[in-house]
Amino acid sequence: MTRQAYTYYPGCSLQHRSHAYESSNRNVAQALGFDLVEMDDWNCCGATEYFSLNRLPAYALVARNLARAANEGADELVVPCSACFLNLHKTDKQMAQYPDLARSVNQALAAGDLHYTPGTVRVRHLVEVIISDIGFTELATRITRPLYGLKLAAYYGCLIARPDSIFDSTEHPTTMDRLFEVLGAESVPFALKTFCCGGHMAQISAETGFEMIHKIVKNAAENGADAIVTVCPMCQLNLDVYQNSANKLFDTDYQVPILFFTQVLGLALGLKPSDLGIGQEFVDAMPAINKISEVPPPKPKRERRDKQALPMPVMPE
Amino acid sequence: MKTSQDLTFHDRVVALTPGGEALEQCLQCGSCGGSCPAGADMDHTPRGLFAMIRAEMEDEVLRSNTPWYCVSCYACTTRCPQQIPITDIMYTLKQMAIQAGHYDHPHATKFSETFIGFVEQRGRSFEAGLATRYHLYHHPTDMVRLGMMGLNMLRRNRLPLRPKSIREVDQLQAILAEAKAIAAKETYR
Amino acid sequence: MSDKRVGVYVCHCGHNIAGTVDVEHVAEWAWGLPNVAVSRDCQFMCASLGQDMIEEDIREHGLTHIVVASCSPHMHEKTFRGACERAGLNPYLFEMANIREHASWVHPHDKDGATDKAKALVSAAVHRVLQQQPLEPLQVDIRPETLVVGGGIAGIQAALEIADAGFPVYLVEREPSIGGHMAQFDKTFPTLDCAACILTPKMFDAGAHPNITLLTYSEVEQVDGYVGNFTVRVRRKARHVDESLCTGCGTCWEKCPKKVIDTVFEAGMGYRTAIYRPFPQAVPKYPVIDTENCTYYQTGKCKICEKFCPTEAIRFDMEDEYVDLEVGNIVLATGYDIFDARRIPQYGYGRLANVFTSLEFERLTNAAGPTEGKVVLRDGVTEPRSVAIIHCVGSRDKNTNEYCSAICCMSSLKFDHLVMEKTGAQVYNFYIDMRPIHKGYEEFYHRILDEGTQFIRGRVAEITDAAHSPEEEGKLIVIAEDTLIGRQRRVPVDMVILAAGLEPRADAQGVAHMFGVGCGDSGFFTERHPKLDPVATMTEGVYIAGACQGPKDIPDSVAQGAAAAARILGVIFRKQVALEPIRASIDESRCSGCRICNTMCPYNAISFIEELSVSRVNPALCKGCGTCVAACPSQIITGAHFTFEQIMAEIDGILVDVHTAPPEHTAVEAV
Ligand SMILES: Cc1cc2nc3c(=O)[nH]c(=O)nc-3n(C[C@H](O)[C@H](O)[C@H](O)COP(=O)(O)OP(=O)(O)OC[C@H]3O[C@@H](n4cnc5c(N)ncnc54)[C@H](O)[C@@H]3O)c2cc1C
Ligand code: SF4
Ligand code: SF4
Repeated sequence: MTRQAYTYYPGCSLQHRSHAYESSNRNVAQALGFDLVEMDDWNCCGATEYFSLNRLPAYALVARNLARAANEGADELVVPCSACFLNLHKTDKQMAQYPDLARSVNQALAAGDLHYTPGTVRVRHLVEVIISDIGFTELATRITRPLYGLKLAAYYGCLIARPDSIFDSTEHPTTMDRLFEVLGAESVPFALKTFCCGGHMAQISAETGFEMIHKIVKNAAENGADAIVTVCPMCQLNLDVYQNSANKLFDTDYQVPILFFTQVLGLALGLKPSDLGIGQEFVDAMPAINKISEVPPPKPKRERRDKQALPMPVMPE
Repeated sequence: MKTSQDLTFHDRVVALTPGGEALEQCLQCGSCGGSCPAGADMDHTPRGLFAMIRAEMEDEVLRSNTPWYCVSCYACTTRCPQQIPITDIMYTLKQMAIQAGHYDHPHATKFSETFIGFVEQRGRSFEAGLATRYHLYHHPTDMVRLGMMGLNMLRRNRLPLRPKSIREVDQLQAILAEAKAIAAKETYR
Repeated sequence: MSDKRVGVYVCHCGHNIAGTVDVEHVAEWAWGLPNVAVSRDCQFMCASLGQDMIEEDIREHGLTHIVVASCSPHMHEKTFRGACERAGLNPYLFEMANIREHASWVHPHDKDGATDKAKALVSAAVHRVLQQQPLEPLQVDIRPETLVVGGGIAGIQAALEIADAGFPVYLVEREPSIGGHMAQFDKTFPTLDCAACILTPKMFDAGAHPNITLLTYSEVEQVDGYVGNFTVRVRRKARHVDESLCTGCGTCWEKCPKKVIDTVFEAGMGYRTAIYRPFPQAVPKYPVIDTENCTYYQTGKCKICEKFCPTEAIRFDMEDEYVDLEVGNIVLATGYDIFDARRIPQYGYGRLANVFTSLEFERLTNAAGPTEGKVVLRDGVTEPRSVAIIHCVGSRDKNTNEYCSAICCMSSLKFDHLVMEKTGAQVYNFYIDMRPIHKGYEEFYHRILDEGTQFIRGRVAEITDAAHSPEEEGKLIVIAEDTLIGRQRRVPVDMVILAAGLEPRADAQGVAHMFGVGCGDSGFFTERHPKLDPVATMTEGVYIAGACQGPKDIPDSVAQGAAAAARILGVIFRKQVALEPIRASIDESRCSGCRICNTMCPYNAISFIEELSVSRVNPALCKGCGTCVAACPSQIITGAHFTFEQIMAEIDGILVDVHTAPPEHTAVEAV
């Protein structure tokens, strides 16, 4: 069941380069009938950068947020960014797992009059909250504008799948694919659905980063995706902003728009593209959105069994 | 108790990584090396690096570019049959390399340092400042390409020009200062 | 009490105990314990020197009770009881203190603590042994019949050995035919002889043997009793075919219109009809009707088989039957299940069509299989030009199974050969370590090297169809680190074979529970001793053989089947066994007749004597578990060898102050 209000940690990206995500999250939450209440005076999670430089301050930086959220009385913290999600979740988990670490982190927090008891705040990703707490059945009843005819590639990226999957499988999750089907869209096969977008590589070692971006966009395009849907501002940034640079490097011309999951969800809930921040992306999403049809696509005919072919594996559950 | 002088390089890597003891169990199977999306650019695969840690090749390990190409995607960690926290070991190695003063891949550290500079100052990261400052100092020639990108970002309202700050910066800075003091004590160098 | 004289013997066990526990000190200190007349330490108590010492001391010093502080009673209780018996002492006046598993091995870094603990354990044993009573073992007759559960190669071998020695065997098999996994194979490593050629004669012998009763399509549902006298209830699932009339002519399955995927024998690679015989050499030769898929059972119409059967053997109204068997011994030979490769999603099994499991490949390459032995892709026609074989799928991996499945290195080598022989394709083997460990196996590996397989040392990270280059288009790309050159490799191939590991049967826990045997961490049945008693279990009269005990190949399975048979024949020839007299007894004069214990007993060993209105324990059924002892509200049930006094004395003993100085003691004087 959904709550009326969730304590919300937006993360730095949503404040600037991923505004679109922030507005679609807020409008979708409203449409679904719950509030995202921003926690007071949160700080940056350190992304992947701080842990490389100095481990303990990195944990302390993250833990300040957990401690402050706990002080606000939150038992859950909802996070829309996969990197923030990972850092918050990992700090909570490792503090519980390694008492020495918890001791040192709390020693540091004490300098700011804070303390955090691991396990107090359950860190959750927004996509998991919407899917688990509302559920597919309920979501299906809220759809006013089904995304008929739209082919989407569900891009989970790394950090909600690994190291601990928030869905079904670390390697080949399918929960978000099911969400798209509930929205009336088609989810295309996407082998690289959990392949890394490169993180900060696009900035520090461009070719490495561009190659990873290119692989993902290519795989989605080849499977016929009209758009790639992400749950993370970092993934969106890499795949969107650097898509043309990657094209240039490999001499290709893919134009696959990269949308946030709340943007496609919002469309299906009948919200206007402009309310969902659509238009801020580098690769224009309108051609894909214009493909949405009023009528459901014809059901694909059941393929007749090829007499010669061997059956696909059936194994007992 | 062992003092830091008694500890081998291997032991220090283990000690600085939560759950690092698992490193002793490495089978040298290569699941990590095969899974790494940036593996092609690394001078040693993670597996190779772990063999070198066993062989106490401290210098070579800390000069390796491998940890700097790690994108923190955890692909190796989830596939490792021995459940070794490989990504976290990469963080440890980066830290040790910085402290030892030898790493051959300054881009990554400079990027991280610039990024963290803003965070330590204001509690928030600051995209426009990060890009300009990092590139101005380290890749001035990239500024033109970047300028175009920045303009495009601006046009789409994706680049704020004024940095944001948290309210209780003092609290954060006190915490980080204390954390650094503790970290300095637990670092074996 | 003063006439009791206890002998204490503290064992070094080489360095196993003495490396941590100060055994000399423990022996010195033990002189101060009540009634101790002799206390010594010794290098190896289990060696003849140690045993002789006990015997001599009993005779010379008139010892009345013995305590040995050494290893686990599982290991050597029998040994030391034997020594007591030889010197004329009742073996139940002996007690063992386990200062190895319980002290030295668990506290290797704390010598003082381990020594203190050893002293406490010795004290507990001395206090307890003083309360022990002489007991006489129960002699029971052994029934000559044996039950073998599972008709794979291990079970068949065990059954034949016992039957050939002249004793009756019931062979219970769940599937319609015996044969097990071996019947699914084409060739067997390392000699590449044809599986059917060596298995079929054994299956036939088992089917035709006058001393073997085959109960196929059957399962054991209940087991009662104890060694020598088990009663076993077997459910014979309705075959719906009258075996006395059926000739196995095959008309029925040729006419049956209902086709289903055969997930058992064909490993999902082929189809069978609703009335079916799993394979042509099946023993027995009669088919069964699979009622879940039969059109008649689903819709009430069809009965085509009945119309065509020339001997009118089809019986739609047949029902499951129960048979009760009385047997003296039991062999479990239930084999293994293959690892479900979908649990490693990055290998794409079930998603990428041309990823096969090893068992699927066995069917593919089998001349009697769905493709008549042609090695082709899932489309049923295209021959692969390149094949990758992936080792250790679901083995040697803490995320799935930590153990090595032992046979898959060899079966993969076998596949290398078969693929090359049949298709000429280039074969790549991705392995972590090559483990061809038995006779002739390394040579087989060399032969495969010679034949041109490429071996790549690296555990495969993933298998994908996402091509990055033109030569990868339309292929499966196997991604791994070639650890010998320290580089990532992407190898495009047409077909992938996953060497899936061996797992305990899905129902192993339940079966283990029913027969009173244990399952270890890995889930395979636990043997009595991993080295010295690999086919016996903790339950007397229940033996294990083959892959149900742990992953193993055919030669080892056959050896274990024969070994279990030899153990059982030994017992049968003895005609009687001695049972531990550790039994519960009820003081009937004080029993209130409340009957609480009647329902508590897991072995149904307690009955209510209506005339006297008291409960009574049947000592032959009682296993001495103690449940009733704890349950009796009047506290008048006693477990022999575990009496209230004995347990309290043991507790008193363990609580003594172990820091007292060892006493001055007089040298041992002879009586
Ligand atoms: C792909 C593959 C290839 C192999 N190739 C070779 C090879 O070339 N050479 C070699 O030496 N080894 C090979 N092996 C190993 C070989 O399969 C085993 O060593 C052997 O089959 C073990 O025999 P088993 O009788 O213990 O078990 P199984 O063959 O599994 O037989 C067990 C039997 O018990 C029955 N059963 C199970 N549970 C019950 C129950 N509760 N009640 C009644 N019946 C039950 C089953 O139906 C089955 O018939 C291979 C294994 C695999 C996976
Ligand atoms: S995957 Fe794990 S066990 Fe294998 S080489 Fe890498 S660290 Fe070692
Ligand atoms: S036998 Fe070989 S392939 Fe099988 S698990 Fe062991 S090492 Fe791996």
